[in-house]
Amino acid sequence: MISVEQYLALSAVMFVIGVVGVLVRRNAIIVFMSIELMLNSVNLTLVAFSAYLGDVTGQMLVFFVMTVAAAEAAVGLAIIIALYRIRQTVNIDDINILKW
Amino acid sequence: MENNYLADLWNSSPIVCVVLTGLVLLLVESVRRGSGRLSYAVSLVGLASAGVLIVAVGDVAQPAFNNMIVQGPYAQFFTVIFLVTGILTILLSRGYLDRQGIHRSEYYLLVVFAISGMMLLAYAMDLIVVFLGIELMSICLYILAGFMRTRGTSMEAALKYFLLGAFATGFLLYGIALIYGSTGTTNLEQIAKSFAEHSASPMFLVGVSFLLVAFAFKVAAVPFHMWAPDVYEGAPTMVTAFMSTGVKAAGFAAFVAVFMRSFQYAGSPVNDVLAAIAAASMIIGNVTALAQVNLKRMLAYSSVAHAGYILVGLAAGNADGFMGILFYLVAYVVVNVGAFGILSLVEDSNGQKLSYDDYAGFSAQRPFLAALMSIFMFSLAGIPPFAGFFGKYYVFLAAVKADMIWLAVLGVLTSLVSVYYYLRLVILMYFREGSGDVAVRPTWAAMLSIGFAAYLVIQFGIFPSIVVDAALKVF
Amino acid sequence: MISLIPIVVALPLAGFLILGLFGSRMRSETVIGTLGSATVGISFAVASAIFVEMLGMDPIDRKQIVQLFTWISTTTDTPSSFSVPVAYQVDQLSILMTLIVTGVGFLIHVYSIGYMHGDKGFWRYFAYLNLFIFAMLNLVLSDNFLLMFLGWEGVGLCSYLLIGFWYEKKFTGDAAKKAFVVNRIGDFGFLLGMLLIFDRFGSLSFDTVFGSASVLSVGTPVLMWITLLLFVGAVGKSAQIPLYIWLPDAMAGPTPVSALIHAATMVTAGVYMVARCSILFALAPTTLEIVAIIGGLTAIFAASIGLVQNDIKKVLAYSTVSQLGYMFLAMGVAAFGAGIFHLMTHAFFKALLFLGSGAVIHAMHAEQDIQKMGGLKKYLPVTYWTFLLAAIAISGIPPFSGFFSKDEILWKTFSSPYGSVVLWGVAVLGAALTAFYMFRLVSLTFGGDERFGKHHHPHEAPKTMTIPLMVLAALSVIGGFVGIPPSLLGGNAIEHWLDPVFASANAKLGLGGHEIHAIEYVLMALSVGIAAAAIYASRTVYLKRHEIAEQLKNRYARFYNVLWNKYYVDEGIDKAIVNPTVLASESLLWKGFDVGIIDGVVNGSAKLMAVAAGWIRRMQTGVVQQYAVFFVGGIIAIIFWLVLN
Repeated sequence: MISVEQYLALSAVMFVIGVVGVLVRRNAIIVFMSIELMLNSVNLTLVAFSAYLGDVTGQMLVFFVMTVAAAEAAVGLAIIIALYRIRQTVNIDDINILKW
Repeated sequence: MENNYLADLWNSSPIVCVVLTGLVLLLVESVRRGSGRLSYAVSLVGLASAGVLIVAVGDVAQPAFNNMIVQGPYAQFFTVIFLVTGILTILLSRGYLDRQGIHRSEYYLLVVFAISGMMLLAYAMDLIVVFLGIELMSICLYILAGFMRTRGTSMEAALKYFLLGAFATGFLLYGIALIYGSTGTTNLEQIAKSFAEHSASPMFLVGVSFLLVAFAFKVAAVPFHMWAPDVYEGAPTMVTAFMSTGVKAAGFAAFVAVFMRSFQYAGSPVNDVLAAIAAASMIIGNVTALAQVNLKRMLAYSSVAHAGYILVGLAAGNADGFMGILFYLVAYVVVNVGAFGILSLVEDSNGQKLSYDDYAGFSAQRPFLAALMSIFMFSLAGIPPFAGFFGKYYVFLAAVKADMIWLAVLGVLTSLVSVYYYLRLVILMYFREGSGDVAVRPTWAAMLSIGFAAYLVIQFGIFPSIVVDAALKVF
Repeated sequence: MISLIPIVVALPLAGFLILGLFGSRMRSETVIGTLGSATVGISFAVASAIFVEMLGMDPIDRKQIVQLFTWISTTTDTPSSFSVPVAYQVDQLSILMTLIVTGVGFLIHVYSIGYMHGDKGFWRYFAYLNLFIFAMLNLVLSDNFLLMFLGWEGVGLCSYLLIGFWYEKKFTGDAAKKAFVVNRIGDFGFLLGMLLIFDRFGSLSFDTVFGSASVLSVGTPVLMWITLLLFVGAVGKSAQIPLYIWLPDAMAGPTPVSALIHAATMVTAGVYMVARCSILFALAPTTLEIVAIIGGLTAIFAASIGLVQNDIKKVLAYSTVSQLGYMFLAMGVAAFGAGIFHLMTHAFFKALLFLGSGAVIHAMHAEQDIQKMGGLKKYLPVTYWTFLLAAIAISGIPPFSGFFSKDEILWKTFSSPYGSVVLWGVAVLGAALTAFYMFRLVSLTFGGDERFGKHHHPHEAPKTMTIPLMVLAALSVIGGFVGIPPSLLGGNAIEHWLDPVFASANAKLGLGGHEIHAIEYVLMALSVGIAAAAIYASRTVYLKRHEIAEQLKNRYARFYNVLWNKYYVDEGIDKAIVNPTVLASESLLWKGFDVGIIDGVVNGSAKLMAVAAGWIRRMQTGVVQQYAVFFVGGIIAIIFWLVLN
């Protein structure tokens, strides 16, 4: 039997991996995938809590998160593609006209 | 559980109205592509009817949809801010979009949906609704920030806003999950009831900090503010106006709803964190604004600073602070709509004419606009008799009453710094010779909106009690 | 009907806004002048209607407060809450003041259409004038101290703007500045008094303050301070010793302004304020005594300076200071009604005198020296006759208006337990001086030989100017009939009308009704006789035997010089206060403290800020991941703080 703590630990690790990914990867698409990893780790947390508490709210929230993440993905990829058309790059170190 | 859905619908009718307007705009968009004019009219009518409904619904607090949202004075107060901001933005946008050659009907659609998201934040009684409201608003704004698809700066702004926004969303969600896990509920009322008993649990505290961070990001408070200058500068000017007003007000609507109204944190370490963020925002925002050349960027740092001032009220955490926040937001929002409106009029079709120097001698060319701009700058600097003064007065008063005198002193000192970069613009407009190649062709709607904003600034500065009475009713 | 009072106030404001915003684009003087006058005229009409309605009311119902809205309210906790409404109090006193302000104001607006004809600031002038009326109405109609203070400052501002109206000339700017600075001293007193009132009574509303004051006992120390501070304000605004010095200089403004602001209305604000606060003053006998002494001194002091001045407007200015002294004398001897009565008649005849002098100046092309006039009677008949009527009125010859009001003050000074024979003597002497210098003015200006050059061709002013003169002349003649004392078989209607306002003050002071004494007739005859003698003497000297004036001047050269130089007060103030202040400011505060310390600190911190700004903005590298690093750093700090606490 896997305890709730183990689920939580796993999802926390996943979340941190996502955060680190955002901080260190240079490709905008991979950065975005790291963010998706963060969101999914939260989903895991929510489901774990939901099962542990015997309460349906957590699972309900997961569906909302999935929907929102899909919308976000659509918009995000569109932005990255539009930017690529102008700059010919998705390396976020190079995207720094706006500064100071 | 017995549910009266008709009553629920009536109580949430302003949101429903705005969402319906958005759906109608979608239809319009799919049936008559590119009909910007029709969308312009439909969005104005939709927002105006929502305004009528918000008055008709009344100001008695009533929960709806299983206590997910609450209609009442609080929701009403913020909804009025959002609707007025939205209407002024739309009135100002049409001419601007025409000048920039990007007049497309999606614009109105996105603004209207963003407003519905903001309203959800004001109505929220549940963390799920907070999450949905923030996302609905933010996703629309990611697109709006990149609305000039062919301009590199606009797309860069969109990407930065998107990546950091999504990053913040991750923390928001994780925060909600942890709070849910420790309290067993996402309902704000019930969380509030058990706040004290959980306030020692690390998991709960981590959840609270994540929530705090997510809101601080939305309102652009230090150190989560760094997206703001880049995005404000790159986004189309009217979108920036909308972000710095509506979005900021919405961020605070959620911040105050969750933290002040639900988590009675007074006296807890949360207070210190809020005070520290407020102090850092006031210092960093004001000092960095000093060194700016571009006015949009200057106003971005200024908006960071103002977030700090509003957070002073939040850090104080008392009734005065609550009222001060509401007053400050009203004053700040009308001023910024007006100031960005003028920027959008002066900006040329290449996105130039946005620096301080372009305003040299402006008063000789456009005396009326220069006078209004000066009013806005004076109000931002907090000089009476304009609304900004009373905003600052009330939040500093709250800080003093909460025994946070150092915060009030710091606020006054940093305001002093801000006078420099606000009045620099006034001095340039009035006391320097200009090159005289600024071409301003304002539409009537734009002049009307800017004039109305200026009128409100003076009205609330001389007769603050109008807003104060409304704010007191909310508390 | 009384609920219409906001309209009375709002109309001049509307006029100001319209003229101020669009006046520069209006080409036609007729439009501007008509608009400016009409707003005040309609206000007057509405106020008159309210007054007529009040006449038919029971005296108790005559006082009503019209609430408009909350103006300022602070803080959320109730005990120390400070809330001030914009509310207008209509009662016997304020409606009378409103009628004077709008009525005389309207006539002067009409007059100004002719007087200011061709001035390039025509629209600006009427905008300011309308703003003045608005501020003045707020002053007299307010139901609390703060709104009154707003009006008080507002009229001060308009006075400043209008004294310096012809801003191209340096001396108008200087005069405006002087008026502003001197008034500031007085206003500071008012402000302090107001703060003390709020501290003591916890409210600024007249009803609350006067209500809780009336249960205090006579001589409560705090009331003495409050009233003294308020009186400092009144001294500044109403040009009493020692703050009168701004008023003669204020004549640099256009003459109708002098008539309206510096004779009929604004300068009487101090008198009005004392009357409004009569209950407070009644509880502070020491202050009353000081008020009476200052008033009496000012009356005779200013009149004596008026004896020898040659500038037609300066003479009238000192006369105004002197007449205001009479009003304060009345206040000081607790004859509040008599003071207000004199305020009203003075508004008529002094406005008329100023407007008449304006017509003379107009005809003489800006010549103001009466030694260079003379014989204008035949060129300016209307001006002459109206001016003469006003001069008789101010001299106190029955049955002209000035007689009744001045005699009432004299009698009260003599008979009131708060007056004295000495003050009465001073007042009678002042009256004699008044009659003398007024007829000196009339004789030198209108009588005798023509002393102006051949190039002058004086002509009568246009109708818009002469009609107001005639209306005011009629009022100067008959205006006193509302206050005929019982001793002359009158009903003294005006004091009965005002009685309820001063009832509580009079009750505190134990003052009753008006009894008839034989001695009253003696005194009356005496003062009239002295005034008549002064007029006769003045006419003899200045019309027939000019050499007497020269002889007197030479024999008492030293005394004459003192008067001619206005007792050297301006010079004294320059030497004693202004010069040392300037010197100290320059060498110590400016070059030492300001440049050295303040500028050093300011510039230093500005440099520091600029350096910091340049440094901090470098953190903003434009790379989004860097932002995320700060973001995560912030989170970690917050979590540490919250969890470890």
